[in-house]
Amino acid sequence: MKNVQIALKDVHKAFGNKIVLNGVNLTVQKGESIVIIGGSGTGKSVMLKCILELLKPDKGEIKFNGQQIGMLFQGGALFDSLSVWENVSFAALQQKGMTREKAKKIAIEKLAEVGLKPDVADAYPADLSGGMKKRVGLARAIAMNPDTLFFDEPTTGLDPSMSDVINDLIVRCVKKLGATALTITHDMTSARKIADKIAMLYDGKIIWMGTVAELDKTNNPYVRQFVAGSSKGPIHMEVKAEE
Amino acid sequence: MQKFLTFVNTLGQVMMRFFYATGDLAIFTTKAVMACLRKPFYFKELLRQLIEIGFYSLPVVALTTLFSGMVIAIQTYEAVSKFSAEGAVSMVVLVAVTRELAPVMAALMVAGRIGAAMAAEIGTMRVTEQVDALVTLNTNPFKYLIAPRILAGVLMMPILVLIGDVLGVCGGYMVGVYKMDFNATTYLINTWNYLKAMDIISGLVKAAVFGFIIALMGCYNGFRSKGGAQGVGQATTNAVVSASILIFNYLLTEAFFNM
Ligand SMILES: Nc1ncnc2c1ncn2[C@@H]1O[C@H](COP(=O)(O)OP(=O)(O)OP(=O)(O)O)[C@@H](O)[C@H]1O
Ligand SMILES: [Mg+2]
Repeated sequence: MKNVQIALKDVHKAFGNKIVLNGVNLTVQKGESIVIIGGSGTGKSVMLKCILELLKPDKGEIKFNGQQIGMLFQGGALFDSLSVWENVSFAALQQKGMTREKAKKIAIEKLAEVGLKPDVADAYPADLSGGMKKRVGLARAIAMNPDTLFFDEPTTGLDPSMSDVINDLIVRCVKKLGATALTITHDMTSARKIADKIAMLYDGKIIWMGTVAELDKTNNPYVRQFVAGSSKGPIHMEVKAEE
Repeated sequence: MQKFLTFVNTLGQVMMRFFYATGDLAIFTTKAVMACLRKPFYFKELLRQLIEIGFYSLPVVALTTLFSGMVIAIQTYEAVSKFSAEGAVSMVVLVAVTRELAPVMAALMVAGRIGAAMAAEIGTMRVTEQVDALVTLNTNPFKYLIAPRILAGVLMMPILVLIGDVLGVCGGYMVGVYKMDFNATTYLINTWNYLKAMDIISGLVKAAVFGFIIALMGCYNGFRSKGGAQGVGQATTNAVVSASILIFNYLLTEAFFNM
């Protein structure tokens, strides 16, 4: 059990009467890249926030052994009163002996890693496109060379070739730096590329977990339907057209 | 019987909500005060708030206190006999402005300007997950967001009120000298003679308390806001209303104990 980075045991979370997590069990090993898939609104983001202690689970146990985390929020969550480079170097700027020049240099390096040019460094988040915000969020997440990375939909809103840059970046962080990564995504191409293991969240539980190879062979009807992107199957789509 | 039980049930729920809210505010206040006293301090943020509260509130505070001084002078002049007016006007203006009017006027203006702005800014940060992002970047939101605002409120309100004191007395002087044809020198000498350090100090202490209340309410309501733009709007209103109520509450309590 020494190599366990994240462990969730029977985690429950409800908002009022609405049960979101209903007994989640998940173990992530050190240096592993896990991708969480699951329909919209199934509680993936809530699960992530429980791990980060931003939300308190109603019941259950969460163990987290990381030292330094990096988190990309689904909406970016950039500080809009700060410029792009101050956002990226936010944590670095608070270290002792860090000058603004040095911090800006680090920020520009990190921005380059997510495919952004140095001239965006002085812009403000309000002036960026959705995809650029996402990438600045990514740069901020990796800026402190964290040992555990959390990405909430890193490739949503990016064009396919930029998605690929981000996928490579995540793979590089995990493989080269030995970081542990937990990624939420709806993008199956991306999931296949970055995942050591894929887990599916459905109905408040992790109903399936396995490698990419196992994903294609599984008989689990929920997973098959999700991967095929089909509306026919056991996953109940709550779309009812008015007559 | 059924109706009675429903009534008891509702009453219980209301009480529970009340106690929950009170407890929540108490915990928030404790955390906020602790954050003001312990390292790390974010001096850049503090400076930004000091300028926001002190510098940018100055025009509106200056105007309202100046006019209050003028109005008090006119009212007093009409109320007392014309023969003893010269002494009375200067004294009443001085005492009313330094003890009550400057602190209250400044507080209400700052509550409307700053309390609302704090709730809106922190509320927006809350609903767009920027507050959560702070935590993931090894930064305590209480220290980074709340402590600078509360410190700035407590430090700047007395300064604003001191300026308001001077301007309020000036307002009274202007009305007295230019409209009621009082002797300028006599007015100033009278004012100087009635000047009591205690009046000024109690006004300034009150101002610091009001500054604390305004910043606390702005931060608390912003921090607890939820549900998008509408929630932030609600938080803004709540911040101003609750700060105003607490300010008047304080004044009432004080008046009651001074009787
Ligand atoms: N703070 C909150 N208060 C109340 N309900 C919430 C809160 N946060 C999330 N929820 C609810 O929890 C459910 C799961 O939300 P969550 O954001 O985790 O979905 P998700 O799986 O990340 O979906 P998506 O893929 O669309 O991002 C939703 O139905 C949402 O309405
Ligand atoms: Mg989500």
